[in-house]
Amino acid sequence: MASADRTVLQFFPLSTSLSAKVHPLVIFNICDCFVRRPDQAERVIGTLLGSVLPDGTVDVRNSYVVPHNESSDQVALDIDYHHNMLSSHQKVNPKEVIVGWFSTGFGVTGGSALIHDFYSREVANPVHLTVDTGFTNGEASIKAFVSVNLSLGDQQLAAQFQEIPLDLRMVEAERIGFDVLKTTSVDKLPTDMEGMEATMERLLALIDDTYKYVDDVVEGRVAADNTIGRFISESVSAIPKISPSAFDKLVNDSLQDQLLLLYLSSITRTQLSLAEKLNTAAQIL
Amino acid sequence: MSTCKTHNVSVAPSRSFLQAVATEEAVAPPLRVVHMEGLVILKIIKHCTEFSPAIVTGQLLGLDVGSVLEVTNCFPFPIHEEDEEIEAEGANYQLDMMRCLREVNVDNNTVGWYQSTLLGSYQTVELIETFMNYQENIRRCVCIIYDPSKSNQGVLALKALKLSDSFMELYRNNEFNGEKLREKNLSWVDIFEEIPIKVSNSALVTAFMTELEADSPVTQSDYDRLQLSTNPFMERNMEFMIECMDDVSMEQQKFQFYYRNLSRQQAQQQTWLQKRRSENMTRKAAREEPLPEEDPSNPIFKPLPEPSRLDSYLITNRVSNYCNRINSRATSVRLVLFFERRFQITDGGF
Repeated sequence: MASADRTVLQFFPLSTSLSAKVHPLVIFNICDCFVRRPDQAERVIGTLLGSVLPDGTVDVRNSYVVPHNESSDQVALDIDYHHNMLSSHQKVNPKEVIVGWFSTGFGVTGGSALIHDFYSREVANPVHLTVDTGFTNGEASIKAFVSVNLSLGDQQLAAQFQEIPLDLRMVEAERIGFDVLKTTSVDKLPTDMEGMEATMERLLALIDDTYKYVDDVVEGRVAADNTIGRFISESVSAIPKISPSAFDKLVNDSLQDQLLLLYLSSITRTQLSLAEKLNTAAQIL
Repeated sequence: MSTCKTHNVSVAPSRSFLQAVATEEAVAPPLRVVHMEGLVILKIIKHCTEFSPAIVTGQLLGLDVGSVLEVTNCFPFPIHEEDEEIEAEGANYQLDMMRCLREVNVDNNTVGWYQSTLLGSYQTVELIETFMNYQENIRRCVCIIYDPSKSNQGVLALKALKLSDSFMELYRNNEFNGEKLREKNLSWVDIFEEIPIKVSNSALVTAFMTELEADSPVTQSDYDRLQLSTNPFMERNMEFMIECMDDVSMEQQKFQFYYRNLSRQQAQQQTWLQKRRSENMTRKAAREEPLPEEDPSNPIFKPLPEPSRLDSYLITNRVSNYCNRINSRATSVRLVLFFERRFQITDGGF
């Protein structure tokens, strides 16, 4: 190292507030691929697809696994497969581009740096997602990293993986099915009525809980918390103040509309069965 | 053959291998349930919601085991136009995808396809034709229908359908006239059979999901279900239903027309026959050859084509679908209103 000019190890903290948003579909896919991996592989890696939102967040929407071979000193990736899958996926959804790659296992290893290098040739600043399927530390950790180059003057020394905040969000529609997806098996998809029943029960339970809480506070069994009290009074006063007769009329009008619709659809069904009888029962002698 | 008889061994007659295999094929247990994995459901939801309101399709992959059809993975189809070269491209895409998926140990069997729908109007002739195409190659296939518009009412609208066997036979032979239908006792409800869906997830995935989202007492779907503003949905449903009823009445008129023509033709045939008979009588009296009692060249003997009932069946199916949806939605809203009324009455002292 030249003694004349002292170069400083330059460390660029992330100036951009880069964060990643991952859809649960990606996690599902990764877990499924992990379960199906070939016996000799310890971990699976693959590509992440998605888009970069205007505010800089990386939106990870889809993923596919790429077969790879990993030994102590070298890593081999099936690049053809990777490009094939990419073009297939883009035929369906041209807006999804490579945004990074994922691997199962905890933390980042030496081989990951090489793979990250490869991916940084495909896209600028790829995001590296690790999904800990081994549950080390007793919890399921999903982390996202970007690599920052550590350079000394002009020389590149190393790449450091810095963690970025991760947001696991769900689209509305996916959220609906989420209850179904949380348990290991569901015997039957809930129908409209069953869902309604479950919702009603939950609503009643909530109201009971609130009632009990208010009672407890009034009797002095539980210390009063002002914020909760304010929330409760806000929600109670959210019911519009209309006279009972006006409210009755409102409800009855809606009820009548619904009954009318029910009647119409029942009549239509009767008409249908009549028409069917007429069409097929006619016999030509 | 008497020499053979003496050599006849007293063992139970063994079937040839071909016979054994043949009988094995014939007895296939009927499909009772479809096992889907959560991954497939999420993929379908994502694909259909992204492209809604356009209708998209995709392929289902899995295994066919006994009376259960397991669906373990799926991939979407790109939206393509009706063009010859793009057809070949579509087939290439499919082969590519299947090959790539096989390399990562995903089940490589096609077991059906999925498609999205708009307000539940999926019973079309195209669906039936696709079914028939699939049925030729795969013994058992299923079609999953997903309705993205129902998800903002808090309901997961996923259905597994397959064509009933009796309908398939009729369609294959293209005999869609009244007698055959009466024979088989096939009405419009019998075209499609709905199969219950069972969802299963691997334990790994469940662990992750619970970690990500703790159980909360109330979810967004509850809020959606308790919504009372259903007017736009109901209005659209009613509109579609009314249009379909117009179609139904048109079909009915077609049939009436056909029957009227048929009876008129029969009356004409009768009069012609009478004339022929009286002519023959006179000719017999004059010792001439009687004329034949049939004359295929006469246009009144041409058989009238009976209009296919397939369309009317499909339309009826669609209308009943709309009715069902309106019914269920109206009932849900009624429940909420009743609930609200009770709540308001007791609210006085709350």
